[in-house]
Amino acid sequence: MYAPEFDYYRAGSVSEAAGLLRKYPGSKLLAGGQSLIPLLKLRLAAPVAVIDIGRIRDLKGITVKGGTIRVGAMTTHAELAASSELAEQCHALAQAAAGIGDPAVRNRGTIGGNVAHADPASDLPAVLVALEAKLTVEGPDGKRTLDAGGFFQGMMTTALKEHEILTAIEIPAHSKGQGSAYAKFAHPASRYAVIGVAAVVTTSGGKCSAARVAIGGMVPRPVRAASVERVLAGQELSAENIAKAAGQVTESLGNEVLGDIFASEQYRRSVAPVWVKRGLTQAAERAR
Amino acid sequence: MSTRVFGSGIRRREDPRLITGAATYTDDYTLPDMVHMVLLRSPHAHARIKRIDTTRAKAAPGVVAVFIGTDVEGALNPMPCAWLVPNSNLKVAGYPCIAKDMVRYVGDIVAAVVAESPYQATDALDLIVVDYEPLPAVIDPEKAKQSGAPQVHSNVENNVAFHWTVTGGDVDGTFQKADVVIKERIVQQRLIPNAMEPRSALAHWSGASGELTLWNTTQNPHIARFLCSVVTGVPEDKLRVIATEVGGGFGSKIPAYPADFITVFCAKKLNRPVKWTESRRENFQGTTHGRDHIQDVELAATKDGKVLGIKATSYSGMGAYLSTAAPGIPTILHGLMLSGPYDIAAIREDVYGIYTNGTPVEAYRGAGRPEATFILERLMDMLAAKLGMDPIDLRKKNFIPKFENGHTVATGLSYDSGNYAGALQKLVDHVAYKDLRRQQAEDRKKGRYLGIGISTYVEICGLGPSQVAGAVGFQGGLWESAIVRFHPTGKVNVFIGANPHGQGEETTFAQIVAEEIGVDVNDVKVIHGDTQTTPMGWGTYGSRTTAVGGAALVMATRKVKEKAKVIAAHLLEAAVEDMDYKDGKFFVKGSPDKAKTIQDIALMANVAWNMPAGVEAGLEASSFYDPPNFTYPFGAHLAVVELDPETGQIDVRRYVAVDDCGPQINPVIVEGQVHGGVVQGIGQALWEGAVYDENGQLLTGSMLDYALPRADRLPDMEVLSTVTPSPHHPIGVKGIGEAGTIASTAAVYNAVIDALSPFGVQTIRMPVTPERAFNAIQEAKAGRR
Repeated sequence: MYAPEFDYYRAGSVSEAAGLLRKYPGSKLLAGGQSLIPLLKLRLAAPVAVIDIGRIRDLKGITVKGGTIRVGAMTTHAELAASSELAEQCHALAQAAAGIGDPAVRNRGTIGGNVAHADPASDLPAVLVALEAKLTVEGPDGKRTLDAGGFFQGMMTTALKEHEILTAIEIPAHSKGQGSAYAKFAHPASRYAVIGVAAVVTTSGGKCSAARVAIGGMVPRPVRAASVERVLAGQELSAENIAKAAGQVTESLGNEVLGDIFASEQYRRSVAPVWVKRGLTQAAERAR
Repeated sequence: MSTRVFGSGIRRREDPRLITGAATYTDDYTLPDMVHMVLLRSPHAHARIKRIDTTRAKAAPGVVAVFIGTDVEGALNPMPCAWLVPNSNLKVAGYPCIAKDMVRYVGDIVAAVVAESPYQATDALDLIVVDYEPLPAVIDPEKAKQSGAPQVHSNVENNVAFHWTVTGGDVDGTFQKADVVIKERIVQQRLIPNAMEPRSALAHWSGASGELTLWNTTQNPHIARFLCSVVTGVPEDKLRVIATEVGGGFGSKIPAYPADFITVFCAKKLNRPVKWTESRRENFQGTTHGRDHIQDVELAATKDGKVLGIKATSYSGMGAYLSTAAPGIPTILHGLMLSGPYDIAAIREDVYGIYTNGTPVEAYRGAGRPEATFILERLMDMLAAKLGMDPIDLRKKNFIPKFENGHTVATGLSYDSGNYAGALQKLVDHVAYKDLRRQQAEDRKKGRYLGIGISTYVEICGLGPSQVAGAVGFQGGLWESAIVRFHPTGKVNVFIGANPHGQGEETTFAQIVAEEIGVDVNDVKVIHGDTQTTPMGWGTYGSRTTAVGGAALVMATRKVKEKAKVIAAHLLEAAVEDMDYKDGKFFVKGSPDKAKTIQDIALMANVAWNMPAGVEAGLEASSFYDPPNFTYPFGAHLAVVELDPETGQIDVRRYVAVDDCGPQINPVIVEGQVHGGVVQGIGQALWEGAVYDENGQLLTGSMLDYALPRADRLPDMEVLSTVTPSPHHPIGVKGIGEAGTIASTAAVYNAVIDALSPFGVQTIRMPVTPERAFNAIQEAKAGRR
């Protein structure tokens, strides 16, 4: 497994990286390298140049300010998993990050690289959609902010335009009475999500005032399970009500459910409600 | 004086270098002027090669040479098969090192590129143009045998590589008169061994002297030398194979491989050192797989649970070519063990070895014996269910009673010693089996679906008497050798022919010497894996290194001791027959204060100033030990699994192993071997399995898709033992390398069926994925409606 020849540049800043992207058409950004390096080694990718943004300091770290959590794009999964702020105020993200790959992957892989790669089996895209995160991207036309819901457009496809770089992710911190969780049916080999369910539950007066559920792994891009959210809103968070709502997930999955040799489309459809139920149950427990 | 170390769990001396990454594997070596080889492998499972154009590859930067099938023809002999099972109409199909006209599996070698760097070699690989005419492929061994199936080799009708049978007792009569007959179809799926170290070869050819040194990752360097000589024509005396550090094998590093010999060919042709190391992806395709049998099995019993007979038909996939030892695995190591620990009078198995368009199959940890155990243990549980008996009681009823010195079974083997009921009873007592069942029933009422599974086993290992090897068509001996050499300072080097590669014999063999002759265990260094320094040996596999090589070491050490006694008698001016020995000291009977230590004697023997008349200088001995029989370790395992009825996911909650490998030299190492073996067996039951598509493409071709066991999916294991010495082994030991794998697949599978049984599920394919379990539940429910 030897990669084809490429030029390597290490960018010291976002603007330098953007300049390099423009200068070398057909180049690729290198973040933590957990997806790009294997693609290179398998010779499934052959960029002219690899632009390393993994050491840009400004892109690292987690800060909480005024009810918003800002996560730099080059923050590693291990850092997400270890963050006490996230554990308290954005549990699903920390929980999902802790279950990505193995320690070596978590120590190198970054949230920005993961999200920009938009692998349908990744954990974080669904989590960001459920959390209604905002993604900051920088490019030749300056900065712009995208909703996570619109960012993921399909398998390995995002709203990032040519030469744009994802720099940060902003997530509203949980308010009182709010809780989130990520329930994952992990592939036994890859640890990618066969089914990944991110759930955010908001309670008020002992009832569910709002629920947000996003499904990943089994669909080309994360989908919001509006059918589930609708049924649960305004209900008591009893096991029966959660199960009833989770049962509605099929309606939101659309007709592009993925299947493979480990788990067929039909099987994934059959057990999706179970995983939604588990995600919601955990989120509801944290919301109390 | 040394403390007694035999039987003590001292730390493995191998570990510091292995754990810290200080070990030197084949790929770690770099020689001056060395070039790198990469291989072009077939992307088709079956195709005719119409044309190969290497022009652009040869002109690529850094490329030294490109070779194809016609280049090596004549220079490299066809790959030999070394287990020619007799009376089986065996057809060894042509197995060229580089395919010339036809490719027969995805991974078949088509060309070799040698370049200054591995990157340049890989770049050039992409520039080779091969014009293939794809042909229909067949992967399923049963389908491959049917008429009209694609023919893997034109001269092997119906792809039948061999048809072997074993018969003991009156099988037809037994089945006719039986009250109960149980039938089952068992699919032992194809497994991919995945040793941590990929395969690798580094060939250094000296044109001036005609000598070849081959660093090679192999479980058996002397066999590698033998076969390399046969294929490349380099005489054995000028051929040195070095395999001092091997990162796991599990059977996949027994066989000789074309890639090794192509490396040699390139080194000779170019007169430069050539290194080849496979990628993990290449390992999945090009390194041998294991298992791959479809079996129809039947059991005959009386209505009160006495098992009378077993019969089976096995379609055993061999892959595209017969790998070195492949034919012996589903036959000799499998069919002969079909009665296991039970007293069963009638046994018959028909084994069809079938060529397919899959990667060649070889031994994989347990090799034939896990499959035999699975047949029996599955059928036992099915019989228990049918008769409404407890699986423990049924097994106890059918065990061969305890024996200490020989018991002949229906297939003709003579087991050495066994106490099968003793091992099972220890297991039953340890887990408080009745309470466990009670707890299971209570949990089930609460909606928790736990399954309890048992497997008992007896395995044939310590391969084996060479006379038997010859009789069963193994093209080599199966003895082992050891040299024990004392240096003037009393330190000891042990040279062995076997080649441990992770099992820990560098430690346990030092313990053997310390036990036998009273030196400190730390004064003994064990040397293996280099054919230039070690005596002949037949390799490390089949749990034979300690059982056979360990016996050779005991015998060699005892010879040293005899000589030491003669020297001591001389130094103490006493008669040899008046000498006594204790803890490394030789003394005249009754006068232990005036003793000569083994170190004193080692010094005297080496300087030889004052030796007894007629006694040679030096303190060294060798032994070539050919065992009188195989050894037959045994045990009883229990697994508890939990089924998630909503998703079908199954988790192992508890695992208990009781193994009897005879006296344990180092119980910590025994436990480690059981851990690793059990995990591999659980892997087969729940996670692992090679999947091919209808065109013969390997879909589970990487770690992304092929699920190896992971630590966080496994419980802590409870490892217990009983001790029944082998009557024919000088220190009674039997072998433990494969025991865990042999028992655990069946134990976990039986537990899975137990967990699924409330839903009416009686059978399921391995690996039992969540989807398979979920679907089985749905289908059983639908069937009952």
